[in-house]
Amino acid sequence: MDTENILQQKLISKFNDLDDKIRIPRARRIFAEVTQEKFFEVFDFLVKELGFSHLCTITGLDEGEFLSFIYHLSAENGVVVNLKISVPKRKPIIKTVTPYFPGAESYEREVMDLLGAVVDSLPPGPRYPLPDSWPRGEFPLRKDWKPKTGA
Amino acid sequence: MADPRKFKIPIGPQHPALKEPESFSVALKGEKIKGLDIRLGYNHRGIEKACEGKTFIQDVYLLERICGICSHSHSTCFVQAVEEIAGLAVPRRALYIRTLVAELERVHSHYLWLGVAGHEIGFDTLLMYTWRDREAIMDVLALLTGNRVNYGINCLGGVRRDIDATQIKEVIKAIDELEERTKYYIEVATQEVTIIERLSGVGILSHEDALRLGAVGPTGRASGVNRDVRRDDAYAAYAELKFDVITDDHCDVYGRTLVRVKELLQSFSIIRQVLKNLPDGPIAVRAPRKIPAGEAFNRYEAPRGEDVHYVKANGTEFPERVKVRAPTLANIRSVKQMLKDRYLADMPIVIAAIDPCFSCTDRLISVKHDNKEKEVMEWQALRSYSIDWYSKRGVDFTELNKKLEEKFKHK
Repeated sequence: MDTENILQQKLISKFNDLDDKIRIPRARRIFAEVTQEKFFEVFDFLVKELGFSHLCTITGLDEGEFLSFIYHLSAENGVVVNLKISVPKRKPIIKTVTPYFPGAESYEREVMDLLGAVVDSLPPGPRYPLPDSWPRGEFPLRKDWKPKTGA
Repeated sequence: MADPRKFKIPIGPQHPALKEPESFSVALKGEKIKGLDIRLGYNHRGIEKACEGKTFIQDVYLLERICGICSHSHSTCFVQAVEEIAGLAVPRRALYIRTLVAELERVHSHYLWLGVAGHEIGFDTLLMYTWRDREAIMDVLALLTGNRVNYGINCLGGVRRDIDATQIKEVIKAIDELEERTKYYIEVATQEVTIIERLSGVGILSHEDALRLGAVGPTGRASGVNRDVRRDDAYAAYAELKFDVITDDHCDVYGRTLVRVKELLQSFSIIRQVLKNLPDGPIAVRAPRKIPAGEAFNRYEAPRGEDVHYVKANGTEFPERVKVRAPTLANIRSVKQMLKDRYLADMPIVIAAIDPCFSCTDRLISVKHDNKEKEVMEWQALRSYSIDWYSKRGVDFTELNKKLEEKFKHK
């Protein structure tokens, strides 16, 4: 677990407030939680300084008052950092990471459609994955959303 | 005013050139593609939401049905995540059996791709050859797991079926034959001028673009992206096995072909190692119905590339969240880059070259005679019936098959 611990130390020495926010549940896995304000600094550091050159995907979660987003970043040595941010559900705004990873567009459109995230600075484009006729304000992956039965 | 020489044509969601529903809006100037908008989601079935309403055990089977080709990839990726949360120590024998099925799946998937690629460039002989070979793998999978597709071999904590010495012999017999044929396909792919000319320089994805766009699997590796989850983030038995990660620097459809055919040989080698070193012992440990609260992120090298599952448990028997990202979603953005300023005629093979996923089904048919009872024909009977039906009409491949077998024997 040396590699993971070294990464943890690097993150903590650069961002003091991450001190108790990092978990290493097993080899090659790091879970970290950051505030919305610090997110891009940490993200930028991971991508540009620590070699996390591949964004596996973005997972969106409905956690009651908050919507959370986990950015799963991987490095060449197989280590994955799961970087999590939470934003208030009534104002679920996150900023696009497409300047870093153009391929993230699909993942961002997915959390927009399924969880109602608002992705700031993402250029307009076709929605994904719901149909164009899908009603506004219906976000299927939110916990209070239930599929309608019948026709 | 819009340039009258430019126009937009819609391709899809349903189109003869596509194997699955997806929609492309292609801006053309003459025969050249100047812009491309991709619309996906036609196959969205709400599986992630459905998983939350089913138990972990039911989800193993639901997630296996995400895809009819790399079904084992999804079920393994999911069970590995759940086993990590529950802290289950999966027996080594089970890990080896999972690896065996995984590589057999890769072989049938790559054969399938090679056939489709052949078909897309009008080389249907290759389709016939490779799909015939693929049958041998499907038969082996049916022998080991009971199913040709959606094998259902995984359970939480291990696998559901053990394998015995007779089955191992059958697998080796099939592999021996197929390995020879694969060597022949590599010869064809590297020497046949039609293939080389048709695929070289088509669907170019530079190394930089592949990295930038997050291309995975053979699509990335054919642009020199040296990534393979089996080596980088080893799971199942891969840490104990020797294999090479095949990369290529052609950066085009030809490169993607070479990577896949060479990967077949690696898979055969992995299968042999698994069968040779298969550990003794139990094939599963008991998994609890309720999974303790926790989360895990798992990766798996599916035939098409990195497949990822994120699972969050809340202490009940129902997951709090299951997130899936299949490899095609990671690769589809690269298609836009590959087709830029290329000819419209290249579109089918370029799309096929990322090997987007489509489904195939089991074959068991129910035959209704007019005045008779219903009769169920199994696969073997159906196969003999078909051979018989054609030979009665003068189409007989017996001699040709004998010749082919002779040819491969002498190789």
